[in-house]
Amino acid sequence: MAADAGLHGRLPPHFTTPGSSSFSEFLGHAAPDLLPSHRELPGGVIDVPHGTTIVAVVHASGVIMAGDRRATIGNLIAQRDIEKVFLADDYSVVGIAGTAGLAVEMVRLFQVELEHYEKMEGHVLSLDGKANRLSAMIRGNLSMAMQGLAVVPLFAGFDLDGGLGRIFGYDITGGRYEEHSFHSVGSGSTFARSALKKRYRNGVSEAEAVKLTVDALYDAADDDSATGGPDLTRGIWPVVMSVTDAGARRLPEDEVGAVVATVVGERMTNPGG
Amino acid sequence: MTQPFYVSPEQLMKDKSDYARKGIARGRSVLTLAYDDGILFVGENPSNALHKISEIYDRIAFAAVGKYNEFENLRAAGVRYADLRGYQYARRDVTSRGLANWYAQALGTHFVESGKPYEVELVVAEVGEKQADDQLYRLTYDGSVAEEHAFVVMGGNSEPIGTYVKEHHDPTVSLEVALQLGVHALSRSPDGTSRTLAADDLEAAVLDRTRPRRAFARLLGPRLERLLGQESSST
Repeated sequence: MAADAGLHGRLPPHFTTPGSSSFSEFLGHAAPDLLPSHRELPGGVIDVPHGTTIVAVVHASGVIMAGDRRATIGNLIAQRDIEKVFLADDYSVVGIAGTAGLAVEMVRLFQVELEHYEKMEGHVLSLDGKANRLSAMIRGNLSMAMQGLAVVPLFAGFDLDGGLGRIFGYDITGGRYEEHSFHSVGSGSTFARSALKKRYRNGVSEAEAVKLTVDALYDAADDDSATGGPDLTRGIWPVVMSVTDAGARRLPEDEVGAVVATVVGERMTNPGG
Repeated sequence: MTQPFYVSPEQLMKDKSDYARKGIARGRSVLTLAYDDGILFVGENPSNALHKISEIYDRIAFAAVGKYNEFENLRAAGVRYADLRGYQYARRDVTSRGLANWYAQALGTHFVESGKPYEVELVVAEVGEKQADDQLYRLTYDGSVAEEHAFVVMGGNSEPIGTYVKEHHDPTVSLEVALQLGVHALSRSPDGTSRTLAADDLEAAVLDRTRPRRAFARLLGPRLERLLGQESSST
């Protein structure tokens, strides 16, 4: 078994190699079959769930990231309440659009990667360091992306050195692009970004930024069938994460629900926002 | 042709044990004490960077005495073991019992097969939802593993410290009381005199069962001084 932790005696060499604090590097030696990038794919196209729109907005005291709740397989809705935005660690969040199964696996690996580094080194990676690690993981997925199993993340966090919220966008080759005010990925991102472009102002407050993201997701769902709008009958709202100098947290359902109610109320009289 | 001298297995093991024990006794002691909300680790360690006490996983911590490079290597292996297990299965499937067994196998095999044994003694601790679920394992250089309750004293001048802690420690006390008892025990010299250990001389950390996911936290700076009752006037 590849992931044999050496129960029959000595510590296996990968476990005691000094100098490496990367979990995925260790996994590549100890259990390569667990790494998403080490898999060989048969040819052909398969229908699997896809996650869609993620938005992020920088505000005066940090950054907000939000994602809709829909996953689709072709023209079908695969899941109504999928979660695509996650806490990466205490000061960063990651949202993923694309092949849902791979995306969730990649987020899990990324979370362990950050915590592993912190435990091994005794201090937390810089925000740029975290963004670069994510780059490397996306690059490792390139061959799967070429077969239609692309994963495109959006990463945001609070930079404790610079004292500000920052957003990083990616392409499928692992290219990393810092965005200074707002960004969106996924099938509805064109509409979400246009909405943000018209409404965003420098120095918005945290509460205004939350409303901006919910508004942008509403606009994305309005025009993109793969993006889910707020589900008023079931009470399913977007996942909204906030990162400030106090850390990263998920906004409670009732707080997001109140913002959704305001947005929907406004659209009753002015559907275009 | 010269024949090597015959050495009996008993003598060989005894020599290795003596060697390891001497190495471990040279360092300073580290104490592990249960308190009402978790498990406290405290040791004399003037360095802020070279730790004897570390986080392994959500509810699991590691404390060691002996040769730094050796236990640091074991600590790193433990973090890798735990993160691999947690990634492969689920976070709650990583247990201190599994880790202690893994360490015991590794230490035991090394002790028998290698010329020089590890000069280390370890504690693997885990906090549960309530105190009855807490687990404490002590591992020695030869791979022996023992489950302990309420407290463990390792390294340095451990016997008199152990006697003192055994007489005075109560696992239901608060963190503050447990810490002060621990520091008092560490500051006693074999000849009966006592030194003063300030916050700067100590390394202390807790596994706090009331913390949401990662129970491990270091006690640093002002918080440590406050708990020790040594608050400086400037803070």
